[in-house]
Amino acid sequence: MSALIVPVLLCSAGIFALSKRVNVFSALTDGAREGLKISAGMLPALVVLLSGVYMLRASGALDALCGLLTPLLEYMGIPGETASLLLIRPFSGSGALAAGSEIMRQFGPDSYAGRCAAVMLGSTETTFYVIAVYFGAAGVKKTRHAIPAALTADLCGFIMAALTVRLFFG
Amino acid sequence: MLMAYIWVGMLAVSVLYGCWAGTVPAVSAALMEGAAAAVELCLSICGAVCLWTGVMELMRRSGLADGLSRLLAPLLRIIFPRSFADPDCAQALSSNFSANLLGLGNAATPAGIQAVKHMTRLGGQCAGNELCRLVVMNTASVQLLPATVAAVRAACGASDAFDILPCVWISSLVSVSAGLLTARMLERGNP
Repeated sequence: MSALIVPVLLCSAGIFALSKRVNVFSALTDGAREGLKISAGMLPALVVLLSGVYMLRASGALDALCGLLTPLLEYMGIPGETASLLLIRPFSGSGALAAGSEIMRQFGPDSYAGRCAAVMLGSTETTFYVIAVYFGAAGVKKTRHAIPAALTADLCGFIMAALTVRLFFG
Repeated sequence: MLMAYIWVGMLAVSVLYGCWAGTVPAVSAALMEGAAAAVELCLSICGAVCLWTGVMELMRRSGLADGLSRLLAPLLRIIFPRSFADPDCAQALSSNFSANLLGLGNAATPAGIQAVKHMTRLGGQCAGNELCRLVVMNTASVQLLPATVAAVRAACGASDAFDILPCVWISSLVSVSAGLLTARMLERGNP
């Protein structure tokens, strides 16, 4: 079922675009050029952060931290292996990508922890970055209840990620 | 500056813990390994990321983003009653959310900032309830196709990179609802 979603979506987007007389090919290549910029822009932060994540893991500190947080996380139904991702997610997008990809690599993308990490990455955002950008644009210093509400949303996203992966992939 | 503290903190913890646990040689090797792995990761997801930004651009040019904006308008009118009374603000809000849904990050942020500026023009300097709602909705990403994550999964050898889609959709919806609900409960007593 899910194997159908993406190809069908792509195909219908292409047919719809043609019916609107959009030059599908040049739209794709122009967009891909943008993607090249995004990938290249991602690289410096990823190099710095992934070297940090690798060091943490090699020292054994990351495993110790995961072990420390596991009882609390398992109580909420979240796999302890994703602790590093949860901690960095609200602060840094590239850091979360580094931590998440490391979880997927270490445990396998189709493992429970790997799938949870992927869903967590896909269903949450870099909370503090977004808050800084939007409140900065508004020139507002008092963020009132935005931070607690946004962090509640993140926590619910993490719990739901673990729950839905258990439900769909048992 | 926050990231500077996080990174130096990561390093300091690794070195100290490494000395204590006797894993210093592994730590020193990991530094180089991590840097190399970052380049590998970037290269292996680059193709998929380019393809998806291409598809996003195609959706934008064929007017799918505008169509989505119109579809979303009734829902957004309920969440942002005051801001939606202003046509410019309503327009910015709609394009912010349709761009977010399609994963057009480059289009979502300018539209969102536009919406924020209209909101402050409409309602003074303090972070109004609707501004907080806008921020909460943007911090809880609701995305139809999480392309980068799927690219990473594919690079790691997943059997079907997109098989997590239903999980992502449900988790996003629940998390954004929980965020809005929390905001709603905390805003009592304030204008």
